[in-house]
Amino acid sequence: MESVTLAVNGAERTIEVEPRTLLVHALRDELRLTGTNIGCDSSSCGACTVLVDGQSAKSCTMFAVQAAGADVTTIEGVADPDGTMHPMQQAFHEHHALQCGYCTPGMVMAAISLVEEYPGLDDHGVRHGLEGNLCRCTGYQNIVNAVLAVAGSGSDGSDQTVPIGSGE
Amino acid sequence: MTMTDEPATAEQVSHTGRPRLRREDPALLTGEAQFIDDMSLHGEIWVGIVRSTEAHATILGVDGSAALEIDGVTEVLSGADLAPLWGEGALPCAWPVTDDMRNPAHLPVAVGVAKYVGDAVAVVLAESRYAAADGAAAVSVDYDPLPAVVDIEAAVAEGAPLVHEELGTNESYTWPLIPDPEAVDEAFADAAHVVSERYVQQRLIPAPMEPRGVIAAPGVANGELTLYSATQIPHILKVMTAVTLGIPEHKIRVVAPSVGGGFGCKLNVYAEEILCCALAMERGVPVRWTEGRSEAATATIQGRGQVQHIELAADADGKVQAVRVKLLADMGAYLQLVTPGVPLLGGFLYHGCYDIAHYSFECTSVFTNKTPTDAYRGAGRPEATYAVERAMDSLAVAVGVAPEEIRSRNFIAADAFPYESCAGLVFDSGDYQAVLDKAVELADLETVRAEQARRRTDGSNRQIGIGFSSYVEMCGLAPSRVLASLNYGAGGWEAATVRVLPTAKVQVITGSTPHGQGHETSWSMIVADKLGIDPDDVEVLHSDTAISPTGLDTYGSRSLSVGGTAVFMATDKVLDKARLIAAHQLEANEDDLEYVDGAFQVKGTPAAAVPFAAIAFAAFTAHDLPDGMEPNLEAHVTYDPPNFTFPNGTHIAVVEVDTDTGDVAVVDYVAVDDCGNQVNPMIVEGQVHGGVLQGAAQALYEDAVYNDDGQIVTVNLGDYLVPSAAEAPAYRLAGHVTPSPTNPMGVKGVGEAGTIAATPAVINAVVDALRPAGVTDVTMPASPQTVWRAINEARGGAS
Repeated sequence: MESVTLAVNGAERTIEVEPRTLLVHALRDELRLTGTNIGCDSSSCGACTVLVDGQSAKSCTMFAVQAAGADVTTIEGVADPDGTMHPMQQAFHEHHALQCGYCTPGMVMAAISLVEEYPGLDDHGVRHGLEGNLCRCTGYQNIVNAVLAVAGSGSDGSDQTVPIGSGE
Repeated sequence: MTMTDEPATAEQVSHTGRPRLRREDPALLTGEAQFIDDMSLHGEIWVGIVRSTEAHATILGVDGSAALEIDGVTEVLSGADLAPLWGEGALPCAWPVTDDMRNPAHLPVAVGVAKYVGDAVAVVLAESRYAAADGAAAVSVDYDPLPAVVDIEAAVAEGAPLVHEELGTNESYTWPLIPDPEAVDEAFADAAHVVSERYVQQRLIPAPMEPRGVIAAPGVANGELTLYSATQIPHILKVMTAVTLGIPEHKIRVVAPSVGGGFGCKLNVYAEEILCCALAMERGVPVRWTEGRSEAATATIQGRGQVQHIELAADADGKVQAVRVKLLADMGAYLQLVTPGVPLLGGFLYHGCYDIAHYSFECTSVFTNKTPTDAYRGAGRPEATYAVERAMDSLAVAVGVAPEEIRSRNFIAADAFPYESCAGLVFDSGDYQAVLDKAVELADLETVRAEQARRRTDGSNRQIGIGFSSYVEMCGLAPSRVLASLNYGAGGWEAATVRVLPTAKVQVITGSTPHGQGHETSWSMIVADKLGIDPDDVEVLHSDTAISPTGLDTYGSRSLSVGGTAVFMATDKVLDKARLIAAHQLEANEDDLEYVDGAFQVKGTPAAAVPFAAIAFAAFTAHDLPDGMEPNLEAHVTYDPPNFTFPNGTHIAVVEVDTDTGDVAVVDYVAVDDCGNQVNPMIVEGQVHGGVLQGAAQALYEDAVYNDDGQIVTVNLGDYLVPSAAEAPAYRLAGHVTPSPTNPMGVKGVGEAGTIAATPAVINAVVDALRPAGVTDVTMPASPQTVWRAINEARGGAS
């Protein structure tokens, strides 16, 4: 077993894990932060996305020991301490960007990171920026609208016109 | 967004018919919601399952010695070791569609022979998640391979290897629906145009984002069992667990925690549920299992899997007189809960939304050495709609008219409802032509066709295709007597309780089991409108048989039209009793009372109103109730629908096909759906969005690929192409409302509509784009490779 110290949602935590323990399992099983979900075993779905030192990372692609000394933010850590949701969480709520909600924590974390990293995103940028996160319920349009609303691009994507004729 | 027909009055603001944000969201958005794998029970042991790596093989031996060396692995059990746990019990199939249907015993863990890749052959018990996985990987199983049957057409060929030797055949059943065979033959003999097509419905992996999971917790002292499962059907699961394991039903509680999507694949009674329950009862400790994504590819049911032959007989104008369908349906190795019934759900709808006089449908269902199929979003109806909508496009070409014209010539007329179909159903309501007209207008067809023509003339390598899909589905499953006539093993009713608490807050208990559909929000809107209270004062409880003991759960777009109707009617019953209490207090005749703004008053005299809160408290104290009236204010309704509902719509997909690479992009998607009156249009829209993408994904991306040996090659989400936001089109929606006369709210259902409509719309568009190149069919999924080959073949190149 290895002793790993890391900051999670602003608090320093020390855990004992096997060297092979994935970060997502350390978060869920050792720290009982079960908001980060597991949707696959091939790093394809993004349900387990968290922020590691401010950058989005699929926590199933990292060993917990690799996060030693890092600053990890999970979905439990993005709302204000008074319970006010993060603007991205609020936008997902207002745009009906979730149904079953299983992909949602990872999608929200990826979206927070995307908007911070690439200000002024358009519809195309959001869609490609989130392609590592799968959702089976929403068909993505409302997710894209929610992210665009936070990105402040002004268009919510719902009045898209047919791009016929623009291709050549 | 479409609102209900009756606008709200100024005095009484209606919640239903307007978008309302979901109360379910905050817990899901903050990580507070508890899914099955988030739970942890003291003393729990983990199950790891050893799955067959062979499609068909005799199990010569199970060697667990290496697994038992692993720290934390406590036991390795073969199918034979476990067999006494279930005795004569086997996994249930609730739908023996014919009396002579062949249904081989399906044990939770195989004994003797493994019948498909993924078939459970041994079980590891362990102290942790990792030890269970390590242990399962370390078990060595000695197989003697047997010939496997993979392809369904090969399965019915002479001399095919048998999945179940003892049956002497791979056929499970044949189910015909041919009201008048001679009339069908005559129609074909007299036809000016006959279209004859063969389509393949590839197998699909449902892939809800949450894999399955089970925790079975025994109450040692009193023989009780609590089963937590990521299921759509806690109520059905309770009955089936009792029957399968012989546990008294009143000792079983089933809880579905937050469930991360289902799409039909969590509408089942699975081996792992029965296994964990049996072990928990035997060992007296909680037993749990969490499915991995790669495991889900073979351990969870798959959808579709059919070969369809459809023929249309039409007169010179393209008016279809008869439809004849022969279907070959893939059951997989065993029959799961409703496996054999899925083709039947489509079997009534191969005439689509068209007024066709004569009908012939025959389904032969066969076993193969593959994961069992079962209900997947739409369940039979997407397959039927695909066949008829693809065939209608072929007919349009044969007759020489546009696809919208061939549809208009054949639609059931708006004044024909209630309409008795050639398959024996009575369609409730609709205006199919109006819906199509709206879709054509929204799609700006004229402009798109002009651009299509320009590119065809220019010989562009980016061809435009326009695909129509007009659909009608049978939803609101289902009238219990109709289910009886189909040999289904249960009814189709739904239950609801509306309980008014002393402080006038309301609890609604529903037997419908949400897993993303937003029942809590919608049900609270229905009740709040009727009682004239705030939806936030209505709590909706569900998914736990200790709280909601009676119900038939969620599938078949039934939640609102059956479960919501039960809530609506239970609220009416509460109001009936409240009216009697109010009349008593006002010393008035109850017929002279009206309910306005949450209070009873003598008609036209608001000064003496009795507010709902006062009635609630009076019912609780019982100090002054009418003689003989029971205290408290609560009503229970079990609603058995008199008919199905028939949502319908027209979708138009516009695709751009790169003729050099075969790449297809959906560049516009228009959906006009008539799901009757809408309670929460925001949720309706979300259901259509997600449904459309799931249907488009069958058309373009998804395929559970098996090789000739029966090995599945698309086991994870890297190989099995669930689309991302980058592939998803933008959807443009419009509504059309013809209220269903079947239920008091006039609702029809919308959960499956998008999936049903989208697949043929997209493929029709791809074929339309390539028709000038000589392409008349493209198999699904229309991957770049498939499309390029179709183009190349049409040009005379090798495939």
